[in-house]
Amino acid sequence: MNEPRRIRTERLRWASRRALLENDLLLQRFWQSQPEVLDDETASVLERLLALEDHDLWELLSGRRETDDPAVNELVALLRQPAVQECEPSTGD
Amino acid sequence: MKPKVTVRKFDAVIVGAGGAGLRAAIQLSESGFKTAVLTKVFPTRSHTVAAQGGVAASLGNSEEDHWHWHMYDTVKGSDWLGDQDAIEFMCRKANEVVIELEHYGMPFDRLDNGRIYQRPFGGHMSNFGEKPVRRSCAAADRTGHAMLHAMYQRNVKANTQFFVEWMALDLIRDQEGEVLGVTALEMETGELYAFHAKATIFATGGAGRIFHSSTNAFINTGDGLGMAARAGIPLEDMEFWQFHPTGVAGAGVLITEGVRGEGGILRNSQGERFMERYAPNAKDLASRDVVSRAMVTEINEGRGCGPNKDYVLLDITHLEPDVIMKRLPGIREIAIQFAGVDPIKAPIPVVPTCHYQMGGIPTNYHGQVVVPGKRTQNEIVPGFYAAGECACASVHGANRLGTNSLLDLLVFGKSAGETAVEELKKSPKAHKDLPADAFDRTLERLNRLNTQKDGANVHETRLAMQRTMQKHAGVFRFAHLLKEGVEKILEVQKAVNQTEIKDKSMVFNTARIEALELDNMIEAAVATMVSAEARKESRGAHVRDDCPDTPEHPNGRDDDNWLKHTLWFKEGNRLEYKSVNLRPLTVDTIPLKKRAY
Repeated sequence: MNEPRRIRTERLRWASRRALLENDLLLQRFWQSQPEVLDDETASVLERLLALEDHDLWELLSGRRETDDPAVNELVALLRQPAVQECEPSTGD
Repeated sequence: MKPKVTVRKFDAVIVGAGGAGLRAAIQLSESGFKTAVLTKVFPTRSHTVAAQGGVAASLGNSEEDHWHWHMYDTVKGSDWLGDQDAIEFMCRKANEVVIELEHYGMPFDRLDNGRIYQRPFGGHMSNFGEKPVRRSCAAADRTGHAMLHAMYQRNVKANTQFFVEWMALDLIRDQEGEVLGVTALEMETGELYAFHAKATIFATGGAGRIFHSSTNAFINTGDGLGMAARAGIPLEDMEFWQFHPTGVAGAGVLITEGVRGEGGILRNSQGERFMERYAPNAKDLASRDVVSRAMVTEINEGRGCGPNKDYVLLDITHLEPDVIMKRLPGIREIAIQFAGVDPIKAPIPVVPTCHYQMGGIPTNYHGQVVVPGKRTQNEIVPGFYAAGECACASVHGANRLGTNSLLDLLVFGKSAGETAVEELKKSPKAHKDLPADAFDRTLERLNRLNTQKDGANVHETRLAMQRTMQKHAGVFRFAHLLKEGVEKILEVQKAVNQTEIKDKSMVFNTARIEALELDNMIEAAVATMVSAEARKESRGAHVRDDCPDTPEHPNGRDDDNWLKHTLWFKEGNRLEYKSVNLRPLTVDTIPLKKRAY
């Protein structure tokens, strides 16, 4: 396995722990949809997204704002896809 | 072979870089003491960021106000369980710490005359409960965030040394009980360190993640509580937790009370507007505790919704879509994102949701940790301090007044820092030697985790704990559920003691960190359940079905038997009690009275 790539992924996994629950939950959804090790492109976009302050991040994730970084906007769109479940709401952990 | 532990020496080590930790660090670093701050996440990503309401201070910028009125509101809010010396201290210090923050560069909202703008907030009254007063100081809706930034910058200037993405693991105490620092894990390398210090300050925040539905961020795992409990320090008043009636079921994200104000209706599994039975006049606009209690009663009596019948529905489908789009756009977004429903078309699943921990590590108003001793019930633990949500000074007692959380962390963060500075000035130059067994508890814990076979899954065990807490020690409590809850949580504890992780790697091993966090959460959970089961009265946020409002016990409160603080000890899972300090520092006692708004 590519060790630097794995370490970069793990670092980002931890950096997805945020100050606001809203961001935690959407980022958790992201990780559930990803392979165990992120490719370099995804990792680099996620790095840019996670560098944001939490309130700014939530403004993006809740669709109130866009960045001028198309790749980040694309990632946000992916995060925003709601996991619609018919009978049970999404679980926190 | 034992893993290596590298020892680093500081005058002071602070665990946690939210509001309380940063405020304490300013005090120490600016006094020239070598100060380390350990934090799991970057300081400005601490949960203080989520605080929006503001910080209370009787500045009187818009109308007359007085710290004594603020004190009255806080004592009343605490349902008389708060210590009146600590409450007087906090309310008198409020103006000073807010003005200091202004000098640190905090961008408070302002009046035209340049003074700090103050807004009204629930429970803030003038003249001892007479009429509302403007007391909350805010920076738009980012008060906590702005506060952290201002204090972080100040710390950088004062040369505070930050250890970011480090997790403190255990408290180091010697034979005499003196605290000499903490052991810690550097996440990036997985290596172990000891921070050997003359002063150790815990500012680790609350343990709100012990409940299944919680507004708290994932980092709020009560690490300080776990470390303190394992080192023989009791936890105080852990039965008192503040809940909001409407969090998105399963997720915890808050749906503001404004939704019911706009016409939102709560319904059970039969589609019934059940609030009509509980509050025929106010209905869905009844007070928070009335609404929460009604929701829990519906769920407990089998009228909850969903496959597990464990939530009710908040219905706004009868409102015109353009009203929802115009007045409640944020709520629609939250419902879509976290409940997977568009509230224009379908109702939102909601449950009462945990928000704030009133109890914690017992301290006096100097920020020193205190435990029952041979001579008094409040003997100082040398070298150990705590402030903010992890501590219990106790200013919030049985329930917290809005905007007092940010005030608490400023006042007691500063106070803990100041006291530590005074003690450091008196202390010998050399550090006291570390005991031979300083690292044993940590090494045993890590070794157990690394070698566990056929153990319990961390995620499943955490979920079992959260569901147990939610069902058995939620916002409205029942004697039989609490009793069962004690047995169940002790079962969960057995699983926590046998958690197993598959990934044994060293670098940024999130699985290991989550297992270590669960070790901390379970202490807070057991303390909460056992303390709640034992307290046979209703007071503040602890409301029992079997202790209702009667003429003899208004609101179910029983001052003759229960006007006392709970102390839970991990060893033997036992409880002690200590008296509430009803004597303020300079003014008369605020006498016991029924709490009514």
